[in-house]
Amino acid sequence: MVDNQAFNCEHVWREISNYLEGEVEPTLRAAMEEHFRTCKRCTSVLEGTRNVIRLYSDERMIEVPTGFGRRLEKRLAQNTRASRKRWSSWSAWLVPVAALALITAGVWLTNSWTAARRDRSQMAAIERNIPPDMKVVVSDGAKLFHVAGCDYIHNKDKVRTLTAKEAIREGYTPCLRCLRKYVDTTAAIGHTTLDSEAEARDADAKDEQQGGGQ
Amino acid sequence: MAEANAVLNNPEPATTREQELIARVQRGENDLYYELVRPYERRVYAAALAILRNETDAEDVAQEAMLKAFANIRQFRAEARFSTWLIQITVNEALMRRRRERTVVMEGIDDRREEESDYAPRDFADWREIPSEALERKEVRQKLAEALAMLDRKYREVFVLRDMEQLNIQETAEALGISVASVKTRLLRARLMLRDLLAAGWDKGWFSRLPFEKGAKPW
Repeated sequence: MVDNQAFNCEHVWREISNYLEGEVEPTLRAAMEEHFRTCKRCTSVLEGTRNVIRLYSDERMIEVPTGFGRRLEKRLAQNTRASRKRWSSWSAWLVPVAALALITAGVWLTNSWTAARRDRSQMAAIERNIPPDMKVVVSDGAKLFHVAGCDYIHNKDKVRTLTAKEAIREGYTPCLRCLRKYVDTTAAIGHTTLDSEAEARDADAKDEQQGGGQ
Repeated sequence: MAEANAVLNNPEPATTREQELIARVQRGENDLYYELVRPYERRVYAAALAILRNETDAEDVAQEAMLKAFANIRQFRAEARFSTWLIQITVNEALMRRRRERTVVMEGIDDRREEESDYAPRDFADWREIPSEALERKEVRQKLAEALAMLDRKYREVFVLRDMEQLNIQETAEALGISVASVKTRLLRARLMLRDLLAAGWDKGWFSRLPFEKGAKPW
């Protein structure tokens, strides 16, 4: 309950804003209304404040500089158009670019896949066909073994010589450039045969020399 | 008391047209954005002006705020009032601008003053209601604007957001980053001070050409 004896003008002024907001308790509201009936000063404050709120809340109280709306519209138009333009220019070339990228990637992947597959099969053919005891060179840290003098040897000053069989066992794979002739099985076989024949001839010759010497 | 509350305009809820515009702009129909914000351009400007007190800055910030609202339109949720959302963005932009430009050195001093002390009205003349038609007159609007400009910043901001921009107390508190209690205290003081300023203006003949009965003050 609000004590009417102690309820004076200061109390009313303190609550007058909340009163106008409709934010005071029913008992306080009743006491204030009772007070307004008898107090001209507080009624003056109430009605004056009400006038203030009502007039200032009027849309006409907000004055904007001349041309404000026009400038705003222009700036919005520029920006909203710009954002659409950005998007449309994006989308305009995004599709062909993406398509081209996909095609390129596809072709590249296919090529590299088939190339890798072809390389692997050629390497396997070389490994099958190469004479196991043929001297080849490798350099440490590299992956391939080569014929001595191949242009594609890495770290030429660090090469060591070993047999093809050893090189394969150590994990080296054949160089497709200098050992290409062993890809073609028949050619390789022919080659091998020829080499073997040559070696045999050499051996025979040695034997002959040795035999001849005896 | 319904009559007492009637003075505090509660803005109409969002129209179907507004909801439709929001949805369409959110879907990318950018050209409709100006139609959506046009009804609020004056309020957005007034919010910026209340904080910056400089017409050029206020216009720039108002435009920036509306562009920012456009950029973030997809984040707007239908539960909120679009006008409130727009004004809160504006207040935020304006406060950031002011902080950046450090124009508050002078006004910062009176912020330290105790705001809890009661404000006692000074003028108790008889009242009468001022008709809204009075606002058709430029000099009346001018005098009201001058009185508002005389308020300290913290009172002016709360008054503009609550009584001119129609934000509620909670929204005003959130926009300015102050407590609800502070909003209420400042609002009371702003309203009472404006009333006294205008009553004094009445004595000085500010409103002498208004068609009122002699001796009756509107404030």
